[in-house]
Amino acid sequence: MAGKTLYDKLWDDHLVKQRDDGSALIYIDRQLLHEVTSPQAFEGLRLAGRKPWRIDANIATPDHNVPTTDRDRGVDGIVDPVSRIQVETLDKNCDEFGILEFKIKDQRQGIVHVIGPEQGATLPGMSIVCGDSHTSTHGAFGCLAHGIGTSEVEHVLATQCLVQKKMKNMLVKVNGTLGSGVTGKDVVLAIIGKIGTAGGTGYAIEFGGEAIRGLSMEGRMTICNMSIEAGARVGMVAVDDTTIEYVRGRPFSPEGEQWDSAVNYWRSLHSDDDAEFDKVVELEGSEIKPQVSWGTSPEMVVGVDGNVPDPDKEQDPIKREGIVRALKYMGLQANMPITDIKLDRVFIGSCTNSRIEDLREAAAVVKGRKVSPILKQAMVVPGSGLVKAQAEQEGLDKIFLEAGLEWRDPGCSMCLAMNADKLGQGEHCASTSNRNFEGRQGFGGRTHLVSPAMAAAAAVTGHFVDVRELMN
Amino acid sequence: MRAFTQHQGVVAPMDRSNVDTDMIIPKQFLKSIKRTGFGPNLFDELRYLDEGRPDQDCSTRPINPDFVLNQDRYKSASVLLARRNFGCGSSREHAPWALEDYGFRVIIAPSFADIFYNNCFKNGLLPIVIKEEVIDRLFQEVEQNEGYELSVDLEARTVTTPSGETFTFEVDDFRRHCLLNGLDDIGVTLEDAEWIQSYEQSRRKTAPWLFGAGGQ
Repeated sequence: MAGKTLYDKLWDDHLVKQRDDGSALIYIDRQLLHEVTSPQAFEGLRLAGRKPWRIDANIATPDHNVPTTDRDRGVDGIVDPVSRIQVETLDKNCDEFGILEFKIKDQRQGIVHVIGPEQGATLPGMSIVCGDSHTSTHGAFGCLAHGIGTSEVEHVLATQCLVQKKMKNMLVKVNGTLGSGVTGKDVVLAIIGKIGTAGGTGYAIEFGGEAIRGLSMEGRMTICNMSIEAGARVGMVAVDDTTIEYVRGRPFSPEGEQWDSAVNYWRSLHSDDDAEFDKVVELEGSEIKPQVSWGTSPEMVVGVDGNVPDPDKEQDPIKREGIVRALKYMGLQANMPITDIKLDRVFIGSCTNSRIEDLREAAAVVKGRKVSPILKQAMVVPGSGLVKAQAEQEGLDKIFLEAGLEWRDPGCSMCLAMNADKLGQGEHCASTSNRNFEGRQGFGGRTHLVSPAMAAAAAVTGHFVDVRELMN
Repeated sequence: MRAFTQHQGVVAPMDRSNVDTDMIIPKQFLKSIKRTGFGPNLFDELRYLDEGRPDQDCSTRPINPDFVLNQDRYKSASVLLARRNFGCGSSREHAPWALEDYGFRVIIAPSFADIFYNNCFKNGLLPIVIKEEVIDRLFQEVEQNEGYELSVDLEARTVTTPSGETFTFEVDDFRRHCLLNGLDDIGVTLEDAEWIQSYEQSRRKTAPWLFGAGGQ
């Protein structure tokens, strides 16, 4: 019999009951809650007269609606009354049910997918859910982590379980080493470009290979974060020394003897050598260039030295129609060089790229340079209050401010523009976020997905440029 | 949840692939703390010519006459015919809430994004996967015949065209059972409460670091 994949192991470890109809009850170790997808779940609990099954499994924070300025005023600083009610509702629900919440003025507040790992509330081997599709981020720790809808948030609150059907196994192997200036973001965009936004549908993806092993936890989180943009709810990386060193000493991490037995277990969280995958995709790390998305789907991506595609060269009629539509929305011409795309704004932030390493990479590029006068705005939004504090301790805030970038308070911000940070109609933005859908960053806004280093390079030049040219 | 057994209704064709959840219900409408009332903002950016706000009366907004749901022949549609990877993007359940609130009961496509597909079943909305060649043909038939209806039988797992042609589709037994009976699946899971407790007890022994609030 073949060995087990990492996903098989995590599945088996969380299996509460296999039912006759093919469905299974899976135990959930951790649920992260935020203000947008939880109010109806708490309301459902109340209406049914149910109580949370295990309060200490839940951690909450407001992130989608919070402003990135004027935070001293707390909830009162939220100008939009509808947004304010949503954040107040989360506070009220957490208070009522006794759930730990990092509220808007708590320094530990931040984007759910940043604060989980930062607090050690994300530990290897856990099953983790959140009413947010980017929950796949936590798979970087060898976790079974995925996004769920609000009905399932309620289901997990009430039962600590989910009804699931096992997914298929996919291995995405990135061989060799990455070139300098090429980051986790470029790797995952290249993967999505290769397999498409539905390439991972129905699969749990494990990212492996030398290039993945060589990445920091931040880089691995960026890759797992965007698994969902490849259609896969679950993305994972096996546990190794990098994982264990990251987790050590964090507030929720085990200590003493428990630490030793935890590490002992965590060391088993990798696919066996003889494990079989339903699908294997391989990429050569050395061939991956800094990536830029040109269209309205994350699979519409090319290397920075490439051109906007020509729909006339696409054979598949549905894809051709998609390219035509995307070019029209994005205001781009077929065959134009990516480096000719003029920008209006730059956004460095989001659950994909707002961790300390992301900010360091961006700061290294803008240091001693100035934001291009062509731009209307370039902003940096750290992923949490603690990331912000650390960046300030390292002097990164000064580098950004001296270069002319704005230094904001933590939250989801312009990734999805639920707060005041948004694009105007027709504006092009170099963004370190995860989705370039129509209207995602604001009505009529045009998003180009890039790495923090590439966004920083775009900020100082006003258009896309190969960041490696600025690094020499 | 409203049960779903059989349904017959007018079909509206949504002829584009990768329809994402931002398109189905843009983010400014996710600020509601309710489950209902999203229908008027379904496909907001495609359906109206202005920028939508949560506090608006949608009946006075300028509509996009080219958008399929604004055409008279599709106004009573309750079956949405769609293309590849429908519902990709976020986990927002507001997407099926908006479709259901608008009046859709069935979505037929060659493929769906996983989370969206799953969310539909929690809301009395039936997503049906049918292979692309058939979908292509259904698009043509809908286009050519005003008032074109499909009838769907979840018990029998069939879709039937006006000419009597029938296609079968696959659906998980558990999901089908819950939808046919309009079951609250939390109630179903809680019938296994003893299994959960016993799992939890053994997990407390083997992985005690997963319990207790830590960090506080």
